[in-house]
Amino acid sequence: MSAQASVLFDAPGPRARVRYRIIAVVGAIVLLAMLAYFVVRLADPANNQLTAEKWLPFLTPTAWTAYLLPGLLGTLVAAAISVALSIVFGLLLGIGRLVEQRWIRWACGAFVEFFRSVPVLMMMLFAYYAGLYGLRISGTALPLFGVVVGLTVYNSCVLAELVRSGVNALPAGQRESGLAIGLTPLQTLTTILLPQAITAMLPSMLSQLVVILKDSALGSMISYLELLRSGSYLATAFANLIPTLIVLAVIYILINSALTRVAGAVEQRLRRGPRGVVTRPVTAGFVPEPAAEPDVPPTIMPPRDDRPGRRR
Amino acid sequence: MSGISTLLREYDVLGAFWVTIQLTLWGALGALLLGTVVAVCRVSPVGVLQRAGTWFVTLVRNTPLTLIVALCALGVSNTLKISLAPPDSPTFIVDNGFRWGVVALAVYHASFVAEALRSGINTVPTGQAEAARSIGLGFGATLRHVVLPQAFRGAIAPLGNTLIALTKNTTVVATVGVAEAAYLMRNMIEFNPSLLYFIFIVMAAGFVVLTLPVGLLFTWLSNRLAVRR
Repeated sequence: MSAQASVLFDAPGPRARVRYRIIAVVGAIVLLAMLAYFVVRLADPANNQLTAEKWLPFLTPTAWTAYLLPGLLGTLVAAAISVALSIVFGLLLGIGRLVEQRWIRWACGAFVEFFRSVPVLMMMLFAYYAGLYGLRISGTALPLFGVVVGLTVYNSCVLAELVRSGVNALPAGQRESGLAIGLTPLQTLTTILLPQAITAMLPSMLSQLVVILKDSALGSMISYLELLRSGSYLATAFANLIPTLIVLAVIYILINSALTRVAGAVEQRLRRGPRGVVTRPVTAGFVPEPAAEPDVPPTIMPPRDDRPGRRR
Repeated sequence: MSGISTLLREYDVLGAFWVTIQLTLWGALGALLLGTVVAVCRVSPVGVLQRAGTWFVTLVRNTPLTLIVALCALGVSNTLKISLAPPDSPTFIVDNGFRWGVVALAVYHASFVAEALRSGINTVPTGQAEAARSIGLGFGATLRHVVLPQAFRGAIAPLGNTLIALTKNTTVVATVGVAEAAYLMRNMIEFNPSLLYFIFIVMAAGFVVLTLPVGLLFTWLSNRLAVRR
């Protein structure tokens, strides 16, 4: 990486290489000092977070069967239900924003714009209390209802926006030729535009899975038994809050980085693949992209146009 | 109707949103500073710093914000007894919670800021820097006159998205008891369940009011300043 020229740095000569090495040594010392500070703070007899008794519980089966695995199951169940519902409602809302009828378009647009701005935690709290007082849901179904509604409403809006930007990124000729062979606008949308848009959306949808998994941790606030909440029970039982939070973080990071990697692989495949008109994946902008690396054109010259009759 | 007016008299809705705004501003400032450092590390030609930056972004971005807030407020503050406010001040609990909330928000969003800045730099074609070098500009001049002006313009849209996400994510610090909008909303609903829908609409509308102008401003800015290629 350091050998090849980037947009910021030319290929280093002998003096620059010495300078880089000095910076590397200084940087490594600073980073190690920061790490050492935290390790010392953790090992400090007053805190005593590095003793074996705080970490050994994670090697016993009880910690996993009684706490962590049920919590992980709760997280995955909530995420899976929300993903399935979000895809359905997201597609419906996205189609709603693209149809001919103006009032449907406006209604779906207003819904998406409003609920996109509402924090997921607020939506969960509202759904929880609405389920409690309005729908009279009781027992363990209530927190699950709150989590799923909160996640679904927000992520449907995100997906709707992805669908819309995916369809809008298609060349106008796709829609025009669909209409020209006699399909209705809705048929054109569902049989020609959407399949292509959804293919291009796949990486973004997969990255959204990471967001859903992370946001499901908010369910601990409305007493839904997911990974963070079961972890806090474990921390109370073994009096090891910091080790537990670190183990939880590792579990989340492993799952989410695996998902991110899958999204990246799909993106690569789409970029290589010959099918479809859209060659680059679409994003709806406001999704904080886990792997946002825009295409850097290899040259500033416009690409050659090989279509017949397009001589410049 | 009278229920609504007593509700608004009893609970300080504007005060809660003021806390949200303060969390947003301080969090954004911290995220911008830390994110810039991380972005500089990631694009630097030094392998160690690059790897450290990549690690930071991968670790933080894949951890739920709720967990980071818990780690800061419950782990580092309560268990390790590192406080960010003078322990003898009368507002110690409030200040300490608020400041650790800001730290958690700043650390979490720094990873997104770093990615935004880096993607901004990635939008600048290598040819731009090569052309600048070939007409004799040095490292500093290339950066100042050619690369960074284009990079910042490319980073505006993702930075705006991060700011909007940050505004909404301030609600997460309610999980450790910082009295901002979501915390107040929960209290209001607990004691006034009959006004559930009204309370939700008011609080949700507050966030629409906070995020919509920011979104419009950043969309306008990024369109206006976009580099045409």
